[in-house]
Amino acid sequence: MKLASDSRTVGPSDRAAQVSQTVRPSDRPTPVLESRAYNFWYGTNHALHDISMGIPRRAITALIGPSGCGKTTFLRSINRMHDLTPGARHTGEILLDGASIFGPGTDVVTLRRRIGMVFQRPNPFPKSVYDNVAYGPRLNALAHARELPDRVERALRQAALWEEVADRLREPGTALSGGQQQRLCIARALANEPELLLMDEPCSALDPIATQRIEELLVELKKSYTIVIVTHNMQQAARVSDYTGFFYVGNLVEFGVTQQLFTRPSDERTEAYITGRFG
Amino acid sequence: MSTRALRRHITSRIMTGLVIVLSFTAVLALFLILGNLIIKGASSLDWAFFTKSPVPAGQSGGGVANAIVGTGIVVGLAAIIGVPLGVGAGMYLAEYGSGRLGWLVRFIADVLNGTPSIVIGIVGWTFIVRPTSRFSAVAGAVALAILMIPMLARTTEEMVRLVPHSLREAALALGYPRWRTSLKIVARTALGGIVTGSLVGIARVAGETAPLLFTALGNLNFSVHITQPIQTLSLQIYVYATGPFEEWHRLAWASALVLMGLVLIISLVARWVTRQRYGRIR
Repeated sequence: MKLASDSRTVGPSDRAAQVSQTVRPSDRPTPVLESRAYNFWYGTNHALHDISMGIPRRAITALIGPSGCGKTTFLRSINRMHDLTPGARHTGEILLDGASIFGPGTDVVTLRRRIGMVFQRPNPFPKSVYDNVAYGPRLNALAHARELPDRVERALRQAALWEEVADRLREPGTALSGGQQQRLCIARALANEPELLLMDEPCSALDPIATQRIEELLVELKKSYTIVIVTHNMQQAARVSDYTGFFYVGNLVEFGVTQQLFTRPSDERTEAYITGRFG
Repeated sequence: MSTRALRRHITSRIMTGLVIVLSFTAVLALFLILGNLIIKGASSLDWAFFTKSPVPAGQSGGGVANAIVGTGIVVGLAAIIGVPLGVGAGMYLAEYGSGRLGWLVRFIADVLNGTPSIVIGIVGWTFIVRPTSRFSAVAGAVALAILMIPMLARTTEEMVRLVPHSLREAALALGYPRWRTSLKIVARTALGGIVTGSLVGIARVAGETAPLLFTALGNLNFSVHITQPIQTLSLQIYVYATGPFEEWHRLAWASALVLMGLVLIISLVARWVTRQRYGRIR
């Protein structure tokens, strides 16, 4: 596993700065997901080069970098959303709890139930709020019919949406505001009780207030979930994440504890990016 | 106002006026047809018209009950055969039809869409009427279904393609297998459009005459047997309008009005379904 070891070692002067951090390198949790020399191609376009990283449990890992550098491609590899992309191929391994996600024993449907995903734009189904959340558990027969309402409520509460929609459960999910819709999509993913939650720029279509709510929610969620978030917003990565990976032209340039990566990046490309010299 | 602004203003007015006149001209044709039908046909509409079968030529009275029922039977059968096939083909084209087979199916559907309907009638005669040695309602329904299938396939494909890709991805990411995603999310979301498309397709073929000439043939008596020749409104109009009797012409006008009304009702239902599409829950 490579974590902060990729970054520079923490100097004494950094210690003080890290007291406020929830996760210190010393109590770094074991990774839920591990990528080993993962390469990915769209046809002849070599989109990801030798990505090796471990996603720590019960923490938020942010993937940052300029557009088109492979962050989303990597994220979508994790729950095998590329399976249907024509011309897509890969080498290397991605392991979820030690088992290859590409292995013959891995069923893609089961895998996707274990790995939830929230997309860039809120995409609720054109159904009621309740049905949106009940969709996953119903399909996967995770809950008996009579437990379903509890499960829906729990997911909505976890997504900090329950108070706002408790009396509107039968209204269409598409009638909610943008920020509410995104939280509905988060609730929909949580209802499956995934081991890993992938978020692809979940705030890019939202206003600052809604963004703030989602960020607060993320911090709350990491107590019980592992989250990987792709973001273009460096402040957001700095605010909410515990670990940050910097992608640049298909390479994982640097990966380490967020605080460290932002204050003392070890690679000059990282420094150039986070100081706003390009991107 | 500056000269330029004034010129723009005037041009805008002229163009607006022009398109208003053009759209009225386009709609005028419809109103002329409808008005003409009402003037010439409405007076013949009475209870007997809807409930009685035709009387022998030359006598007055009688109705077209046989043709109304026949239209219902033939078009209903055609819908039963054509809608599943057309919608199924459209789903396939939209969801899986990116390969060579999809291209072929799409190409054939387009060719079939442009085929004159009388040719479809001859096909029905060749493949159903001749082998079974009888004209029948079924043969007519098959001919109409063949007309309907390519239409429905292409509209369904368009409707399914309108479903945002993000919805598909959301379902897949929740652990839905692909076929279930297609059925439960994609088809459900596109349902309003598919129903509308089907109704428009049904309305289109309800007025067809040519494909029925060699298949359903027509029948002056009341019949509900699907293996026997059957009368439809379109065939009735064709026979009566070209016949020599004044009484027949009168009935032809009325039949035309009824047929038009039928198509209008189906179209209105289609419109209503489309409007319901967005507010729909479950």
